[in-house]
Amino acid sequence: MEPIVDQSFEYSAGHGHRTPEQSRAVRKKIFLVTALLSVITIVEVLVGIYFSKTHVSPGTWTIIKWFYIIMTLVKAGYIVLVFMHLGDEKKSLRTTVLLPMVLIIYFIFICLFEGEHLLQYFQDLLK
Amino acid sequence: MAQNATLDIPNNKLWGGGTSPFGASYGKLMMWFFLISDAFSFSTLLISLGYARHVHAESWPLVEKVFHHFPFTHAHLPLLYVGMMTFILIISSVTMVLAVDAGHSNNKKGVIFWLGLTVVGGLIFLGSQAWEWYTFIVGGEGVIKTVIKDGVPTDILVQGANLQYNEYGHTAFADFFFFITGFHGFHVFSGVVINAIILWQAINGVFEKRGHYEMVEKAGLYWHFVDLVWVFVFTFFYLL
Repeated sequence: MEPIVDQSFEYSAGHGHRTPEQSRAVRKKIFLVTALLSVITIVEVLVGIYFSKTHVSPGTWTIIKWFYIIMTLVKAGYIVLVFMHLGDEKKSLRTTVLLPMVLIIYFIFICLFEGEHLLQYFQDLLK
Repeated sequence: MAQNATLDIPNNKLWGGGTSPFGASYGKLMMWFFLISDAFSFSTLLISLGYARHVHAESWPLVEKVFHHFPFTHAHLPLLYVGMMTFILIISSVTMVLAVDAGHSNNKKGVIFWLGLTVVGGLIFLGSQAWEWYTFIVGGEGVIKTVIKDGVPTDILVQGANLQYNEYGHTAFADFFFFITGFHGFHVFSGVVINAIILWQAINGVFEKRGHYEMVEKAGLYWHFVDLVWVFVFTFFYLL
């Protein structure tokens, strides 16, 4: 009987030995992404401190809200694509992982819409 | 290598067995699938938080008025402590990615060093969260709230928070705080345990014998996911 060989590792993308130059390039990218993530977090905290919801107009708050959401998605993108190396995987795997997340957008829409409606409903009840 | 070879294979052969259509090993693929399901769990929690916030918009507290404490000082520093926690988790994510990188070049010492730092980072984060929970539960001066006790409205002094009452605002606020940060904290805890086991195996040369450090990569995926979730919790619980 032939021995069972564990081939699973052979299938992994980008596991081969790297040359020192490649390794240096990877590290440089990691440090650049780290710097970016840290700067975004610091800016978010500063905006949170200086533009409190109570101090700004509702219009400005909407802009700040979207700024937070977009910055979060930027951070998430860098973490998933660079730190988790999803960007280096095959396209089929990338699609498999990312496509189901589209459903979440619809879920967010339903729940916030429903919540907004219920608030209105309760307020009308109390009138 | 195997990955390059699969790229040239036509589709009918690619899915015909004997090769990996996704170019990923079994364990790594399953880790990705687990993370997808976990992403759904967390988004359900965060979306229901958004739902509760919209329904109870009037009694929902301003989050920066709740979380403004910092250890060893009584100064009013909103968001700074959570920002620091985020920073700790990002840094421990970086050390993890460097451990994976060291694993690629079969650098045992590098893996042990960076994975060790990752475990330390995770423990610091857990400690920070314990302090945050403590501050939140103990609370400040408290407020008088009217609650129904045995069918009679009674005024009681509510200090800090528990699952029934909290001094900050609507009950759901504290419940979501405990549930979301607790569920995330449990993920961090299990991540630290997994990383510690893998560190132990790396020290004992298990992966050296195996010839590759893919296990570090799989644990790394989980650890980065925990960081990713915190990025969302930070925005949707603390910032908005």
